[in-house]
Amino acid sequence: MNSPEPSATLDVAASAVANSLITRTVSAWRVEFAVLAAVMIFYAFGQDYLALASTALVTAIFVLSLDLIVGYAGIETLGQAAFFGIGAYAAGLYALHVGTDPIIGLAVGAIAGALVGYLSGEVILRTGGLSLLMLTLAVASVIQEIANTATSITGGADGLSGYSIAPIFGLFQFDLAGKTAYFYSATVLIVGLAICRFIVESPFGLSLRGIKGNVTRAALLGIGTHRCLVAVYVISAALAGLAGALSAQISGVVGTDSLSFVVSGNAMVMLILGGVGRLYGAVIGAIVFVVISDQAASVDPKNWLLFVGVLLILAVRFAPTGLAGVLTALGRRMG
Amino acid sequence: MASFVVLTINGLSFGLILFLLSAGLTLTLGLMRIANLAHCGFAMLGGYIALFAVTNLKLGLLEATPIALVGTMLLALLLDRTVYRWAREVSQLQQVMLTIGLTFVMVAAVNLIFGASIRALPIPEVLSGNYFLGAFAIPIYRLFLVALSLLVAGAIWFVIRFTNYGARLRAAIDNPRMAQCIGSNVDAIVSSAFVAGCGLAALGGALGTSMYPLEPTYALIYLVPVLLVVAVGGLGSLEGSLLAAILVGLLDTYSRYLLPAMGGAAIYAIAAGILLMRPRGLLGQHR
Repeated sequence: MNSPEPSATLDVAASAVANSLITRTVSAWRVEFAVLAAVMIFYAFGQDYLALASTALVTAIFVLSLDLIVGYAGIETLGQAAFFGIGAYAAGLYALHVGTDPIIGLAVGAIAGALVGYLSGEVILRTGGLSLLMLTLAVASVIQEIANTATSITGGADGLSGYSIAPIFGLFQFDLAGKTAYFYSATVLIVGLAICRFIVESPFGLSLRGIKGNVTRAALLGIGTHRCLVAVYVISAALAGLAGALSAQISGVVGTDSLSFVVSGNAMVMLILGGVGRLYGAVIGAIVFVVISDQAASVDPKNWLLFVGVLLILAVRFAPTGLAGVLTALGRRMG
Repeated sequence: MASFVVLTINGLSFGLILFLLSAGLTLTLGLMRIANLAHCGFAMLGGYIALFAVTNLKLGLLEATPIALVGTMLLALLLDRTVYRWAREVSQLQQVMLTIGLTFVMVAAVNLIFGASIRALPIPEVLSGNYFLGAFAIPIYRLFLVALSLLVAGAIWFVIRFTNYGARLRAAIDNPRMAQCIGSNVDAIVSSAFVAGCGLAALGGALGTSMYPLEPTYALIYLVPVLLVVAVGGLGSLEGSLLAAILVGLLDTYSRYLLPAMGGAAIYAIAAGILLMRPRGLLGQHR
């Protein structure tokens, strides 16, 4: 974006070169820096709300995984909760039966998500449109049904609980105030954001946008469309599994509702609310949604759904580019 | 053998109510190309209007059902002029969001007015009781539902195959532009089919409460089997939906009886298999 001005490049002073290097770095990583700054500022002022903030951060990672396939590859899904839930169960089972290291637990969740993503994606991505939407829903329903029935492994309707998580790197113990959980999820979000940005800005990411724009043309240009779609679906599933694993480690419970349609639907709502295909839109949408839902649930839980519904209809009608789009438009108008 | 007959009757009645719930969605998808996730909401509204008529106006189910039908169709007409008009102008993803939003509003409204408890409508006196087949009892109401749904399916088939309106409808599904060009008012056909489809859903919602009980999340719970039926049957194909609905009803009932450990998973696996072999559904047209 902000390439150095011609006058600045003419300036031979070394400090200017160093400055422009810093500016360029900050500019390239501005979203990550913005999130980092927000995390720090919030920590300074919002000590009492760290648990809620951690939920918002984990949710942001999950919605980010959704943006990767919906916003960049045009894969519309109502079953993303499948990967979130699988990741949560994998991390929970790992902590319960194998080991308590949190980082390995995250990896286990991501790998489990990726594996299910590959097995289902290889099959369902051969279709498109409504059939695809339906199949994503079917995959999530099957997995939830299995989790409900296989009580000996998953605990059925009671879910998994009673596992402990070791300190991160053996140094940072999970504390009651949720400080560790807060910085842990913030770190994962920032790393996830950077990875996603790297992916969408790579040639592979450009191929995906080409496929989203016009599958036939992309195929004629020599892009292996099916392989690209499966690849991004697997990456997204891994990220969703990671978010699930994180949520399992922080909350200490895994239930079958982590696999439910409501989770997938809400994630879609957050993505639309924040703005599709911008990555940071996913973060904004998740945070705004989690905060509003927490407030609304404490004030008036019964009308919460009514509020979300009306908000969605109005958002599609009057702000189809989401909050991120509104912000961008405002920024442009300000100069 | 007798248990097989009972299972089949049960499966058929489940499947045929499912057909009533999904027939309108098939038409909407074929005509408007709108992924209307709020469709089950109309069935739910039908059910709750009937519940209101039964509890507050002291009517029987058979008198309450026409009221539910008309009430839901009026609401559908209103929404067709507003939310669904907007939906035609936006991308598929935004349609999904718009109709999910509408579903949320319906769920919340029903929850506010009728409360969260699970309700079923009383079966009318005339149709209560059982028909005995050896040692097995078949509820007469189930037989009534099978007969009525088949009658409705036959009536829809007749209207679409043999009337002028049906010909216009088929033309609008096949090629809306060409239909418009030869002077058919596609817009009016689309709206009328949408409203009629919501009416069918309301009929299923009001009559099927013994199998699909009313609760505020009705619109979300039964969305999955309804979408399954539409996708497996083929968009815009009512025959396909009927076939798929009966198939889903029967297979689900059989598999839950024979393989209880699988639960409801078998039907999804079968549906996924069918869609893989025929991505456009059993009787979907190739465009």
